[in-house]
Amino acid sequence: MKLTGAKIFVESLKKQGIEVMFGYPGGVVLPIFDALYDSDIKFILTRHEQGAAHAADGYARATGKVGVCLATSGPGATNLLTGLATANMDSVPVVAFTGQVKTTLIGNDAFQEVDVIGLTRPISKHNYLVKDVKNLATVIKNAFHIASTGRPGVVVVDLPVDIQIQETDFHYPEKADIRGYKPTCKGHIGQIKKAVKLIAGSKKPVLYIGGGVIISGASEKLREFVEKTEIPVTMTLMGLGAFPGTHELSLGMLGMHGTAYANHAIQDSDLVIAVGARFDDRVTGKIDEFAPHAKIIHIDIDPCAISKNVKVDIPIVGDANCIMADMLKYVKRPEIAKWHKQIASWKKKFPLTYKKDSKLRPQYVVEEIYNLTKGKAIVTTEVGQNQMWAAQFYRCDVPRQFISSGGLGTMGYGLPAAIGAQIGCPKKTVFDIAGDGSIQMNIQELTTAVSNKLPVKVAILNNGCLGMVRQWQELFYKKRYSHTCLECSPDFVKLAEAYGAVGIRITKKQDVKKAIKHALKIEGPVLMDFKVEPEENVFPMVPAGQPINKMIGVLA
Amino acid sequence: MRKTISVLVENHFGVLTHVAGLFSARGFNIDSLAVGETEDPTISRMTIVAEGDEKTLEQVKKQLNRLIDIIKVIDLTGEDFVDRELVLVKVKIGNKNRSEILQISDTFQAKIDDVKKEMVVIEVTGDQNKIKSFIEIMKPFGITEIVRTGRIAMGRK
Ligand SMILES: Cc1ncc(C[n+]2csc(CCOP(=O)(O)OP(=O)(O)O)c2C)c(N)n1
Repeated sequence: MKLTGAKIFVESLKKQGIEVMFGYPGGVVLPIFDALYDSDIKFILTRHEQGAAHAADGYARATGKVGVCLATSGPGATNLLTGLATANMDSVPVVAFTGQVKTTLIGNDAFQEVDVIGLTRPISKHNYLVKDVKNLATVIKNAFHIASTGRPGVVVVDLPVDIQIQETDFHYPEKADIRGYKPTCKGHIGQIKKAVKLIAGSKKPVLYIGGGVIISGASEKLREFVEKTEIPVTMTLMGLGAFPGTHELSLGMLGMHGTAYANHAIQDSDLVIAVGARFDDRVTGKIDEFAPHAKIIHIDIDPCAISKNVKVDIPIVGDANCIMADMLKYVKRPEIAKWHKQIASWKKKFPLTYKKDSKLRPQYVVEEIYNLTKGKAIVTTEVGQNQMWAAQFYRCDVPRQFISSGGLGTMGYGLPAAIGAQIGCPKKTVFDIAGDGSIQMNIQELTTAVSNKLPVKVAILNNGCLGMVRQWQELFYKKRYSHTCLECSPDFVKLAEAYGAVGIRITKKQDVKKAIKHALKIEGPVLMDFKVEPEENVFPMVPAGQPINKMIGVLA
Repeated sequence: MRKTISVLVENHFGVLTHVAGLFSARGFNIDSLAVGETEDPTISRMTIVAEGDEKTLEQVKKQLNRLIDIIKVIDLTGEDFVDRELVLVKVKIGNKNRSEILQISDTFQAKIDDVKKEMVVIEVTGDQNKIKSFIEIMKPFGITEIVRTGRIAMGRK
């Protein structure tokens, strides 16, 4: 039987097991929207295409499935870009479909034409322009395969409107077969044995865990590995939850706003075992002085990540889950009792804390959200101080619990990502920890939450400024607060109400618990406006270009 | 250092931009790039000559491997390979130097393509060194235009 391109699109998604997609309509995607009208695929209409891309991303991070979004050509496609770049930087599997003008008009500066392939090349893992309806099913199959395997990422499929209308026979391929794409899975056993030997002889080893562990589902194996070896674990922002933050061997996050004990442990260690992490500059600080006494084992699926930033002694390319499984077979416990003592003394001397007085401090808000959700909520964040406080004080214990834009640092990510996460995990409590700046970047998505009856909770840590930038101005630009004070912000409570959500304002420390409890009881979306201390800073902090043990603001 | 990389790619549109984008995003200048179909019409071969430090070039090679449409990346640098380039050189010519130019061309086994009253187009093929010395020798006569195909290379193994 012959089907139109639009029908093939819908049937292919069904074969692919897609239950939900996020998007926004427009002229050149009308045939697809018409086909969606009769389909069971749940379509979430966001209020901005950027919201659709972030929601697809949040859905993917929370569930481990591929997120799907759809937008029209021209401005629809360009509005997606920030969301796609965000997802791709953090290796999130997203397939984005964009409408395109008729094949015969491509290159003519037609109405709402942009070069989607050109625009998305540097921010995607791969992209396709479908020029023949006969290839459509195969392209979709390949797109999902590429997005979800190896180091996952974004795949863009650009669909000219005439392709959506033309008919052809529909066969959905069983398997994707792409000759130029064969991601490695198993690690080299010789390398693994070398690594195990190094571990057994180490005196001060540290595991440095990134998002790759979560993506590959290696958390269980990692835990077994740690229980067997008793090697302490530090995580990147993307790795939070890969290993329980409340475990006694957890050192929390490392890097620019990491814990003092994680950073000291790295700098003092004789062996760093990096798994699914990429030695980002926010983690390493001054690169030539990163872990100066340590040998480095680097496990990563992406050969490009190896020896890109630091020289690695034992690289192991492959899937973290496979490799950890193989390592477990051979690994022996090193003699590190002295090292544990040293770490315990750092933990005691430099705890992660803040000033506990009667003022309403943002860290306290995060701590109470943690307590009242029993540490079990899915936490999304915006970007800035709110993001760092969420990372520091919401101690995630399970993978896919902490959802944040790490690589790109996209303000406006948290709310739409929370919507995506809530759709993927309807039974969970989802909290977006936000700043008063960031939340205004995609505030329109409150409507999406209201209209889909999604009980997402937004906690605005309202400091009246673009806090993280202000912090840098305070510390490095003589308190010259150039354009970082948000003197004029909307009344967030009224705004929430105008959107049909519930708004709560909290101005005193003693009202925090009550407000959060109340919010958790409400079945719909709630926007909480916490008027926190305006000049609170995120500490510890490693100033840019310093080694990570040169921290400022460590409270002893 | 200078690297010669031979890349087998899917023979369809868009691949060239992907490859070129990779180099440009890292601030690399491609010295020369030649593309053509292989014995299998669904596969093209790109021969890329690029200059850069070892570490960055290593990274570019890995990044090339990561591209979906790239089937194979072969680094010919340091291997035993044949390389050729075809160059068209337009040289000013007059009665005084006509025979000299023709004679030099002959030694280089270059072909005279088109002789006008005051111009001659010479076609020369060869490896890097040969092309370089030919151009050096022709310079004093007055070269007005050079068109090069870019280097192609093949491993001897
Ligand atoms: C889209 C975007 N624009 C600009 C920035 C730069 N930036 C990083 S943090 C920040 C301030 C964020 O302010 P707010 O959301 O109020 O959070 P706070 O730091 O106060 O918690 C800015 C402007 C960014 N990360 N993303």
